[in-house]
Amino acid sequence: MDNSIYLDEARDPLIIAEGWMKDGKDVAIATVVETWGSAPRPVGSHLVIDAEGNFHGSVSGGCVEGAVVSEAIDVIDSGKAKMLEFGVADETAWQVGLSCGGRIKVYVERLG
Amino acid sequence: MDPYALKTLNAERRARRAAILVTDLGDGRDRIVREGDQVAGELGQAIAKAFRSGSSGSVEAEGRTFFLNAHLPQPRLMVIGAVHISQALAPMAKIAGYPVEIVDPRTAFATPDRFPDVALHAEWPEDVLKRQPLDSYTALAAVTHDPKIDDFALKAALDANCFYVGALGSRKTHAKRVERLLALGASADQIARIHAPIGLDIGAASPAEIAVAILAQTIHAFRSRGLEAKGAAA
Repeated sequence: MDNSIYLDEARDPLIIAEGWMKDGKDVAIATVVETWGSAPRPVGSHLVIDAEGNFHGSVSGGCVEGAVVSEAIDVIDSGKAKMLEFGVADETAWQVGLSCGGRIKVYVERLG
Repeated sequence: MDPYALKTLNAERRARRAAILVTDLGDGRDRIVREGDQVAGELGQAIAKAFRSGSSGSVEAEGRTFFLNAHLPQPRLMVIGAVHISQALAPMAKIAGYPVEIVDPRTAFATPDRFPDVALHAEWPEDVLKRQPLDSYTALAAVTHDPKIDDFALKAALDANCFYVGALGSRKTHAKRVERLLALGASADQIARIHAPIGLDIGAASPAEIAVAILAQTIHAFRSRGLEAKGAAA
């Protein structure tokens, strides 16, 4: 349980994204917008990604971050937001799945 | 995401103020709504609910799909008094998701031995609150019974609009406290916000039972934030 009353700025994805933006980097923000069953990260969780593929935060327990990062780089290039869906039922579509059996929907958008 | 929205959101989060990022999932447009901002219709109702629950999620309104990402500061409980009640209250409140800090200038009471794993300040509330101001996501429970220690903190909690303010003591003790707080410049409306005698009326007798009553009252105050104001207006 994270009981700190202050932001952990060194690890906070949205603070990091703002810092990257100030450094002139292109940034994408991924957000968990829906979960079904046992999902490792709650709705509202963020993964932030820069154009080189550096990332902070998480949208799962590490299961789908790789796929989200590569989609995010497309989103940075095109500027067009994407809705991604992951779960055991999507194995063939995405080649990644959540071993816990949950399903998640992740919204990926460019910052700016 | 709009860079301005991200900057605004981070500024609110750093200042321990609640904010919701509202994103239209159809066209990707987003904006920040602060607690107390007026938003009409179904979307406004969903936003008000998200501020109370702290839960994020999608909502259908005006024929569109919005995602509400609720960013609420971590609520916390500031306890004035390193007493027997506080020894039970600190671990219980932590488990319930309300981290506790304890302030008591009496060094015989405020010892790490009596309060393991708790943020403990063996100092006057005046000094601690100068460093770590109270805010509307902080609950304050004053349980020393000693006006020299409790009164300043109670006045500060009312001024900072703490979501919960409770003070230990009988009705008679509280009547005298009301006189003192009026003399300190608190208004009658402010003073009416103090829960005294402290805690939900569950017939609590032991210090640990009183701690349960205080924690339950704190949770109730947190989860019904804003509802009282609406009731008063209606």
